Amino acid sequence: MPVVRDETFEVRSDADVVRVRQVTREWAVSIGFRLVDQTKVVTAASELARNTLIHGGGGVVRLETLNDGSRRGLRLTFSDKGPGIADPAQALQDGYTTGSGLGLGLGGARRLANEFHITSAVGQGTEVRITRWLT
Amino acid sequence: MGEFLLVTIQVEMHDRLVLSLQDELTEAIVKNGSRGVLIDISALEIVDSFIGRAFSNIASMARVLDAETVVVGMRPAVAITLVELGLSLPGVRTALNAEKGMALIRKSLQPSRGTDGAGRP
Repeated sequence: MPVVRDETFEVRSDADVVRVRQVTREWAVSIGFRLVDQTKVVTAASELARNTLIHGGGGVVRLETLNDGSRRGLRLTFSDKGPGIADPAQALQDGYTTGSGLGLGLGGARRLANEFHITSAVGQGTEVRITRWLT
Repeated sequence: MGEFLLVTIQVEMHDRLVLSLQDELTEAIVKNGSRGVLIDISALEIVDSFIGRAFSNIASMARVLDAETVVVGMRPAVAITLVELGLSLPGVRTALNAEKGMALIRKSLQPSRGTDGAGRP
């Protein structure tokens, strides 16, 4: 999948989470996402950035604009070197939470994206990748 | 008069700001003896699970302090996204705009006189 543009941002504070939302919005607009799709991808980014900060102890997000000639999309990859998730399938269930949240972050982000991929190893960290295509 | 508290969110809400809004609103309800809280979110571009939970918390805390909470002005794109996210804002009453939200609060504060709920004996 040809990557047209990519940039990496830190996710280490509340302010960074806000910054991730803003940058995701800018990139979604530049690709030509309509308002509802912008809102979905920004909301998913907000959930995942918060997870990276709170559960992963901070990390980074890589934004990529994809274009394979027939379609354009936005891919976000959140990675941290935190404690990892022992059972990603369980973590994806709505209502499952290890913290004080609602447990909607991961599952919600998956529903808001067209593609979702998670890899995690206990003691090594977590990577969550979502892609939303221009419709 | 402190009967109603009106909150208009006009800035990007980072998480600590959301938490302090929650605390300050609860304190303001008690301090002013407010019976209604109207939160205008028409400027909010997203509502994620953290902000959504804060609205539910505010509504719950207001209720135990004898105040009604109504969230007004949600953008259509935000509403669509909330549903897909799986957030139903439990306990939060909503209205399309501030005017309708105020009407909703006023109506809920009217003493029920009668048994049919419409004020008829």
